Order: sequence, then structure tokens, then C-alpha cells
Amino acid sequence: MFKVLNKETVAPQVDALIVDAPYIAGHAKAGNFIVLRIHEKGERIPLTIADSDLDKGTITLLFQKIGKTTEELGTLKKGDKIRDIAGPLGHDTPVKKYGHAVLVGGGIGSATLFPILKALKEKRNKVTVILGARNKELLVWEERFAEYADKTILTTDDGSSGKKGLVTEALKEVADSTKVDVVLAVGPIRMMQAVAELTRPFNLKTYVSLNPVMVEGTGMCGACRVSIAGKTKFACIDGPEFDAHDVDFEEIAHRLNFYKDEEAESLEKFKKKKCKGKCKKQ
Amino acid sequence: MRARDPEKRKHDFKEVALGLTEKQAIKEANRCIQCKKPMCITGCPVEINIPAFISAIRDEDITGGLAIIRKYNMLPAICGRVCPQENQCQGKCVLGKKKTPISIGALERFVADYEMKKGLSQKTKMSRSNGHRVAVIGAGPAGLTVAADLARHGYKITIFEALHEAGGVLTYGIPEFRLPQKIIDREVEYVKSLGVEIKLNWVIGRTQTVDELFGEGYKAVFVGVGAGSPRYMNIPGENLNNVYFASEYLTRVNLLKANQFPKYDTPVKRGKQVAVVGAGNVAMDAARTAARLGAEKVYIVYRRTRTEMPARLEEVEHAHEEGIELLFLSSPKEIIGDERGHVKAIRCDAMKLCEPDASGRKRPECSGDEFILEVDQVLMAIGQASNPILTKSVKGLKLWGAGYIEVDEEGRTNLPGIFAGGDIATGAATVISAMGAGKRAARAIDDYVMGRKKAKSKEPELAESKK
Ligand SMILES: Cc1cc2nc3c(=O)[nH]c(=O)nc-3n(C[C@H](O)[C@H](O)[C@H](O)COP(=O)(O)OP(=O)(O)OC[C@H]3O[C@@H](n4cnc5c(N)ncnc54)[C@H](O)[C@@H]3O)c2cc1C
Ligand SMILES: Cc1cc2nc3c(=O)[nH]c(=O)nc-3n(C[C@H](O)[C@H](O)[C@H](O)COP(=O)(O)OP(=O)(O)OC[C@H]3O[C@@H](n4cnc5c(N)ncnc54)[C@H](O)[C@@H]3O)c2cc1C
Ligand code: SF4
Ligand code: SF4
Ligand code: FES
Repeated sequence: MFKVLNKETVAPQVDALIVDAPYIAGHAKAGNFIVLRIHEKGERIPLTIADSDLDKGTITLLFQKIGKTTEELGTLKKGDKIRDIAGPLGHDTPVKKYGHAVLVGGGIGSATLFPILKALKEKRNKVTVILGARNKELLVWEERFAEYADKTILTTDDGSSGKKGLVTEALKEVADSTKVDVVLAVGPIRMMQAVAELTRPFNLKTYVSLNPVMVEGTGMCGACRVSIAGKTKFACIDGPEFDAHDVDFEEIAHRLNFYKDEEAESLEKFKKKKCKGKCKKQ
Repeated sequence: MRARDPEKRKHDFKEVALGLTEKQAIKEANRCIQCKKPMCITGCPVEINIPAFISAIRDEDITGGLAIIRKYNMLPAICGRVCPQENQCQGKCVLGKKKTPISIGALERFVADYEMKKGLSQKTKMSRSNGHRVAVIGAGPAGLTVAADLARHGYKITIFEALHEAGGVLTYGIPEFRLPQKIIDREVEYVKSLGVEIKLNWVIGRTQTVDELFGEGYKAVFVGVGAGSPRYMNIPGENLNNVYFASEYLTRVNLLKANQFPKYDTPVKRGKQVAVVGAGNVAMDAARTAARLGAEKVYIVYRRTRTEMPARLEEVEHAHEEGIELLFLSSPKEIIGDERGHVKAIRCDAMKLCEPDASGRKRPECSGDEFILEVDQVLMAIGQASNPILTKSVKGLKLWGAGYIEVDEEGRTNLPGIFAGGDIATGAATVISAMGAGKRAARAIDDYVMGRKKAKSKEPELAESKK
């Protein structure tokens, strides 16, 4: 059992939980994730370790409420317990002295980037962070990033904060005006794909963090398989970060849609139960 | 052995094989001629004194029979159900030469179930605590055996298990209709009753390293992490939607109860026309699970023939009775998808068998013909490879083949204090061989921690070897 020590609402539909997990906190590296199961009947889902505190023995999970399990996770309060958390899992992000690194985060994807930013700064890189969202409300943790990054650029689709436009446009401007040594992008599949296409012609080293469906997260089931340069890889042990220019984005997009019907059914059932049939029709 | 009616059982997950009644068991026990040189024992990887336990059944001393088995085998209710007896004990029984061999597995199961039914509990002689701690990695049959044997001998044992449930393949792989979870739970509870602590959600190599365990005062480490990683064929279409590796499919159903979705949160896709590639126990389990999830037609696609099938005989028969169609001499070469990336068919080469090669096995070869099978789901069950998280995390650990740990007869690795056994040392094998390896390793660990040069006893039962 893992105790929730604190809960925070970060943005509409985005919550953060601080959880007591000293062994995981003690071994977490940038790019790692955990797999959790809230209770006996729950699904195992992966979430990035968005932050960890070695002294306090805690990890922070930042998640977007998009389905049954994340909605339910959002109902947990300080003092509640999560039945299972296994981790840290996944490869560590290859952190070294690159020179100038650009981190590109779309929506909740930024959570993954925070520990990477800290690790890159420890290695004395110059780091530019580009965070994008549909509007001002949906930007997460921009102040935290600004604290560590050399430069933080915000973009929104509607211009309610930062520049109006897409993260790729901001990335292009940065790449056009300064030398960039590495790009790391995390966010929706199509956003990561757009970043990959943007940097491909320049042969600019680009990593993306893939988010396929996972089951156990330790390389034993193959649920998370992705095609990288034509070869099958398991994202939970070979990734989740891969060279963006080798990723088969169409395949992963298809695979992410596989359980659409079941996900909708599960969420609807959960919402009905939560309000015991007294909810207003939406 | 008695089994439930195929027409009924293929719609649910309740146990298929019913086991013997007391009367039947005694009758079967009476058929045993109590050989002077019992060949059956040579077929059992842990060398259970088979005639002795059968003789106890004959004398209607069922619990006495169990006591005999338990000296050699900690998990009789499990082995009686899942051992490939036809290649092991029963395969060697002299009666098999002329007529039917003794149903040793069924008798073993009867004895173990008898205790459970009568609500009797297993009594264990425990040695006094010796204060030494040993870490066991993986709560499968190998790890549970090492833990129980050493605990009985006075060691303080902690098992570290990556998943949220103990049991290894018994829990996440072998389906409920073949091995009910309550039987595994009972055995795990028994191991805990010996004072063994099980830490779940604990991935050694990540949550903690082996070096850290030694640092915490563990005197030795046993690695029993299994061969959990699925193999794939590298044919086009393997990553289409509705192509599952059997391990994922079975994990969803057995560990996460996806057959009860949406009561349980984990979903699994229910195929209508299902092709299962492979012919081992895993393939049979996947096929029979698909039938229970409502498939109209399930095919086993195998490139050799019936005689080469590695699955247990009983499972092949049960699968056949449940309407699963066996397609031999068929080798998949492509999985064909539709525009949404879903499976719609599988293309196979028709094979023929050539003259036996050096290993004596007939090799399949393309006949030049091919055929297409229209299916909406494909389950790949062509074998397991080693599980890399732990092995990669231990510097200098000597491996062989596809990443298996190299060990000697007693489970010693090339590194002092680190022992290994079960599937991670042999490649995918059987429950009883994993347990046998665990028993030998437990003895070697005892010798190592106590600083003995040679094994002090050749007796099979560690805890019985003294006091
Ligand atoms: C390595 C990794 C790290 C991740 N980190 C974060 C994070 O820090 N914050 C965050 O909000 N999300 C993260 N995700 C995504 C997160 O796991 C899914 O949002 C979550 O599983 C959705 O579950 P649900 O029941 O709420 O929604 P569902 O309705 O079940 O699914 C909604 C979406 O999530 C995907 N999904 C469903 N089940 C799984 C599963 N078992 N594994 C992976 N994806 C699934 C589906 O494809 C679908 O697109 C990460 C995913 C991976 C693989
Ligand atoms: C579907 C299926 C059906 C089978 N049917 C039969 C049968 O009928 N008869 C038979 O005799 N055999 C059968 N087998 C084979 C048999 O189950 C295995 O040979 C046996 O379970 C091996 O035992 P083990 O203890 O070596 O490993 P496993 O049972 O694989 O257990 C290993 C455990 O270690 C854990 N682990 C892995 N990595 C780590 C880590 N880094 N840290 C902590 N824990 C870790 C795993 O989660 C797992 O629980 C079957 C196998 C499968 C998959
Ligand atoms: S453990 Fe397996 S091989 Fe040995 S006697 Fe029992 S059923 Fe036969
Ligand atoms: S070989 Fe067969 S008949 Fe002989 S002792 Fe063993 S079980 Fe009995
Ligand atoms: S989640 Fe099972 S292999 Fe990656």
C-alpha cells in the first residue's frame, strides 16, 4: 500500500499526487515511470515519475483525467492509499553534456520533461523549454520549468498565454536562430510526429517518449511493442524514449485506439456509479 | 481422469479435470504392483517415492501418503494438475508397457486435495532460527521452493516479486480452468506461514539492486525470475491490432481478470475467429481461453505434426474435445490487416516433414503451397525468452544462450553468494523442474552460508536432513 501525502489540482482535468514511496524515490532517474493499480479490481497503468524527493522519500505523479483509471485516481485524497506501485521502470534518459538542448512538451507531456530538465542542468547544458497547450489554463508547471530552464517559451492555440501557435513553430524559430544539439519531445503522438518531421531534414538528434498501452511494464507481455527502425521493441524496457526519426508513428497511433470502445464503456460506468444516477446529462 | 462435459465447460473458467473420488483412488492405487526397482521414480524430476505414497493410499492412510510426497514436493496439488506426467513418472511406469500406466499425477492430486477438503492443515517441522537472511527474487515455483526449504531450516527469508501477486506463471499464465487460483493462494499462504515475507511490486534491478540486498545484510541471493519475455516471429503484421502475444492475453485474463470486464477494469478483445500460433502448453491455454471468451472458431496453427507437439497430452485432448481445430504442417508467414490496422487473415506456408536431422527430429520444410485463414484475432505462443531486467542489472553475471543464467548442478552462478534456478537458468521448462532446481539450490545456499565445503546430505529434503 502506498499512501497519498498530498494532492493538488494543477490545471482543469490535471491533478498531481505526492505519494510515499521511498524505494522508488531512491532509485528514480529522469525518464523513468511507475505502473500503478489503485485497487484489487483496477487496471495497471503507467505514469511518469514527474518529480521525486530523495530526502522525503516521495514521488510526484502528474496525470490528466482522460479515462476511468485516471478519473478514479483523481478522486483520491490526502491519506488515501494506492494498492500497487511498481518502479522505477524504463530506461533512464540519456543525459550528458550536449551543449544546447531543447525540450518540447505538449499538454501533460511536460510532466515527463521536468526531471529531464533538472538532470540536463546538472550536466551543465543550456536548456530551452517549449511548452504548448490549447489555452492558458491547460499549461502545466510553467513556473517550475522557468526556475531551472535558461529560457522558457510558452505557446497556446488561442494565444491566451505566450505565443499563439503550435510548439513546432516555436521549435523552428529556436532552431533557425541558434545552434541546437538535441531535441526531446513529449506529448500527443501527432505532436511528437510533427517534431520528428521538423528535425529530420536537419539530421538534428531528436528523442520522443512513447506512450503505448502497457500491462505489467517489465518486459514480460509485449503489449507495449512499437516498431523502431523496422524492429520490434518493448517500450517498457527498451524505451519509452526512442530516436524520433526511427519511430513508426502510424502504427502506434493505431495501437493506441485499440481499446476505444472498452475505455468509453468503463468510463461511463464509473461516472454513473460516482454520481449514483443523480448526475445531470452532459 | 474424470472431466467436466466439454459442451458445458467451454463456456466457463471452472476447473475442467475433476479428480478422483476416494474409491477410485484406492482402486487405482491397488493396480500398482509396488516394483522392487520402481521406474516411475526415475521419471520424476524430484524423485518422489511414488510406490510408498501409493501404498499409503492403498492402506487408506491418505494423510500419510501426503506426508511422503511433501518430503520431496512442496506443491503436490499443483504438480498433480500440471506436470506432463506422460513424459515423466507415468511415462516410466512399467505397467505402461503392456496396458495403462498408473495415474500417478491423479493420485498425487487426490492426496493433496483430500487434505484441503478435510480442512486439515500442513504441519511443518521447523528448525530454530539461525539468524541468517537470504533474499529470493521471483515468487514462482522455483523461488517459493527455495524460500520454504530455507525457512524450514531456520533462515529468515524475504521474497521480492515484481508483480502485484505471488505465484509466477502459476498465477499470471496458467488459466483458472486448469489450476484454480485458490490452490495457488493456499500454497503461497503455506510458505508465508513458515515466516517467509513476500514483498510485492518489488522489481529487483530497479526498485533495489542485488548489491543493495547484500548491503542490507542478506547473506545470499536466489534468482528465480523465470523466462517471461515473449518471443516473436518477425513476420509482417505481427504488430497489428488484435495480434496478442499469448503472455499478454493470458496475463490480462488470469492476473487482471479481463474476462470479468467491466467489473474488473482491464479489457481484453474477444475474437470470433482466432488463430493460435504454437503447440505448447501456452498455446493450448491461449486457445482454450479464447474459446471461453466466446470465439466461434479457434485454430491451433503448428508447423510440425501431432507427435511433435510439446503440450501435455491431457491438454491437447481437452482442447480437441472443446472443439479447437488443430492445423498441422502450417507455418504462418504473414498476418494481413485491414485499413484500420486490425487483423483480418493469416497467410501460412503448407509444410512437409523431411527426414530426421542430427537431433532425430523431423524438420518441416515448405511444400511450396500456401493458404489463407480468415481470422480476426491471432495469439502468438511460440515460446519465451529470458527476462532481462535482473540479469542486465548484475555486473559480471555469466549468461548463456538467449540471456539465461549459467549455473552448475546446484544452482551456483559464477558470482559468490548468487544462486539461480528455474526457467531463468534452463529456458522455459516445467513447474516441477523449477521446483527441483529450487530444492538443490536451497541445499547449496545452506552450505554456502554455513561455510560448508561439501553438501552435508544427499537426502532430498533439506528440512528433514537434521532434526
Ligand atoms: C511510459 C508512460 C508514461 C506515461 N506518463 C503519463 C503521465 O505522467 N501522466 C499522464 O497523464 N499520462 C501518462 N501516460 C498515459 C497514461 O498511462 C494513460 O493516460 C492512462 O493509462 C489512461 O488510463 P485511463 O483508464 O484513465 O484511460 P483510458 O480510457 O483507459 O485510456 C485513455 C487513453 O490512454 C491510453 N491507455 C489506456 N490504458 C493504458 C495503459 N494501460 N497503458 C498506457 N496507456 C493506456 C489509451 O490508449 C487511451 O488513448 C503515460 C503512458 C506511458 C506508456
Ligand atoms: C501459459 C503457460 C502454461 C504452462 N503450463 C505448464 C504445465 O502445464 N506444466 C508445467 O509443468 N509447466 C507449465 N508451464 C511452465 C512453467 O509454468 C514454468 O516452467 C515455471 O513456472 C517456471 O518457474 P520459475 O519459478 O522459474 O519462474 P516463473 O514462474 O516465471 O516465476 C518468476 C517470477 O519472477 C518474477 N520476476 C521477474 N523478474 C523479476 C525481478 N526483476 N524482480 C522481482 N521479481 C521478478 C516474475 O514476475 C514471476 O512472478 C507453463 C508456462 C506458461 C507460460
Ligand atoms: S511431481 Fe510430477 S513427475 Fe513427480 S510424481 Fe508428481 S506428477 Fe509425477
Ligand atoms: S512403476 Fe508403476 S507399477 Fe511400478 S511402482 Fe511405479 S507406479 Fe507402481
Ligand atoms: S508492458 Fe509488458 S512488455 Fe512492456
